[in-house]
Amino acid sequence: MPHANGSPPPWEHFEHGADVGVRGRGASAAEAFAAAAVALTAVVTDPTRVAPRKAVAIEVREATLELLLVAWLDALIYAMAVRTMLFGRFEVAVTKEGEAWRLTATAWGEGVAVARHRPTVEVKGATFTELRAGPTATGGWIAQCVVDV
Amino acid sequence: MEVDRFEPVEEGVWRLAPEGRMRVPALLFASRALLAAMDDKVAEQLAGVASLPGIVEAAFAMPDAHWGYGFPIGGVAAFDPEEGGVVSAGGVGFDISCGVRTLLTGLQAGEVRDHLERVADALSRAIPAGVGSHGSLRLTNAEMEAMLTGGARWAVARGYGEEADLERVEEGGRLAGADPAAVSERAKVRQRDEVGTLGSGNHYLEVQVVDRLYRAEVAARLGLVEGEVVVSLHCGSRGLGHQIGTDYLKEMVAAAARHHLHLPDRELAAAPVDSPLGRAYLRAMAAGVNCALANRQVLTHLVRRALGRLFPGLAMDLLYDVSHNTCKVESHPVGGRRRRLYVHRKGATRAFGPGHPELPPALAEVGQPVLIGGAMGTASHVLVGAAGGRAFASACHGAGRAMSRNQARKRWRGRAVVRALATGGVLVRSPSYRGVAEEAPAAYKDVDAVVAATEATGLARRVARLRPLVCIKG
Repeated sequence: MPHANGSPPPWEHFEHGADVGVRGRGASAAEAFAAAAVALTAVVTDPTRVAPRKAVAIEVREATLELLLVAWLDALIYAMAVRTMLFGRFEVAVTKEGEAWRLTATAWGEGVAVARHRPTVEVKGATFTELRAGPTATGGWIAQCVVDV
Repeated sequence: MEVDRFEPVEEGVWRLAPEGRMRVPALLFASRALLAAMDDKVAEQLAGVASLPGIVEAAFAMPDAHWGYGFPIGGVAAFDPEEGGVVSAGGVGFDISCGVRTLLTGLQAGEVRDHLERVADALSRAIPAGVGSHGSLRLTNAEMEAMLTGGARWAVARGYGEEADLERVEEGGRLAGADPAAVSERAKVRQRDEVGTLGSGNHYLEVQVVDRLYRAEVAARLGLVEGEVVVSLHCGSRGLGHQIGTDYLKEMVAAAARHHLHLPDRELAAAPVDSPLGRAYLRAMAAGVNCALANRQVLTHLVRRALGRLFPGLAMDLLYDVSHNTCKVESHPVGGRRRRLYVHRKGATRAFGPGHPELPPALAEVGQPVLIGGAMGTASHVLVGAAGGRAFASACHGAGRAMSRNQARKRWRGRAVVRALATGGVLVRSPSYRGVAEEAPAAYKDVDAVVAATEATGLARRVARLRPLVCIKG
């Protein structure tokens, strides 16, 4: 289900000794994944400074929802690196197809502008550390892991 | 960490006896204060490493150890393929062959201080650093393959540096066994524009002055003179290494059940050395090592060119180049016989002692230089490997973080950090004040205490301390 427009998705960073944890929450897996993507961008720059000038389509499939989150963040990290872009807005759909999970998404962003974005640090990859993706006890969905910077 | 949970084996060496699935003990090298300051996760992760098949002797932690991914950063572990030993993508990490190299300049500190702003600006312009930066090289597919198999040798053959540099790089500048076919297309695409770039985070280029000698005779053999200036850089295999880590970590996790591996932590992702996946990773990792060596070699050329314009006639000999995220095949005596082991050093530096056969003749008597980077604005150190080769001839790699990036950002403002360092005589050039805040000196452990513990426990011997004058951050 695409992430609803309107209020910004809730995301946050959490502590890791050497690096940064990214966490997204939402009413669905798709919302939580979109929010985690905003948290990923926030490791590099203020996501509200990134203009949605260009759309990039992303699709990943994995055997589990947790692996799907790692694949999603890795796909974004790859797109940021090879396109020299930052992304600030995400539309995400997560579906279960048989035994596998599939994510299709559009990420909107723009080329890195050092003077405006003041990018802090490159992200090297998503990790399995503190990896969690799924429903929470309180009813919402969570998507989180530590990213290596 | 609770110090009492460890058995003190000798001064500065602490043992965690095997329990649960651990096949060998964990041994931590640290002063009581450093051990107490370590995260509990270090012991937990060492226990996980100690449970992997084929591990030999112990899972080791260096004095700068901190919470990593599966392996602690500052972790050392060796595996014997004859006993079902594994190679672990997590045990090498995302930044394959990240390391430090130091160049001698022969310049007096005063000569450089007189032009410090110009030096900082020239290096800042010459060295592509930070998010979105590209190198001036764009590699064709053929050149990418040549770089991945040739390492620093490839760079020197293309005019980036001198033949004499190569004997001052581990493996003579090129790790054998690299196979570009084991590296994904995505990794190669990610690297296409990144050769000769510094990166970001804790990577840096520093102009430093030799401010203290611990062993004058060894220092002289290495060309280190008190009051003279050196240039050090810290970076790794850039996008290519990160992508190799990403690709193989995932594959190793997926294949763990097939290999009958119990992974206490998915980040400990490993595969038997003698398996198609293990062998493929080793070939890809060697390509990643070569990428890092080529990258540091190209950066060396850029530094020489930039400083050569300001100081005509300047010769900048390479002191040494070390890598601290690797898995290398080495021969070590264990249990009365020499064994061929796969030695993982994750945030740990190789430290061959005097007389080691792999050292070039000029270094044979003094031992391998061990280059330890401090945090931004704090000291760095040059050590040499000690006789005895403890922990499979390994030493620490840096200061190690004492607090997270989030905590650092909340505590300091980048602009104020830059100002404070300038007042103390260190010029910082960085595109990001937030990045500077996250790398604030006090966010790291005291590097002087780390190297003191490294020496006290016989891992390596201190030679010189280096104090920064200019720091270029990504």
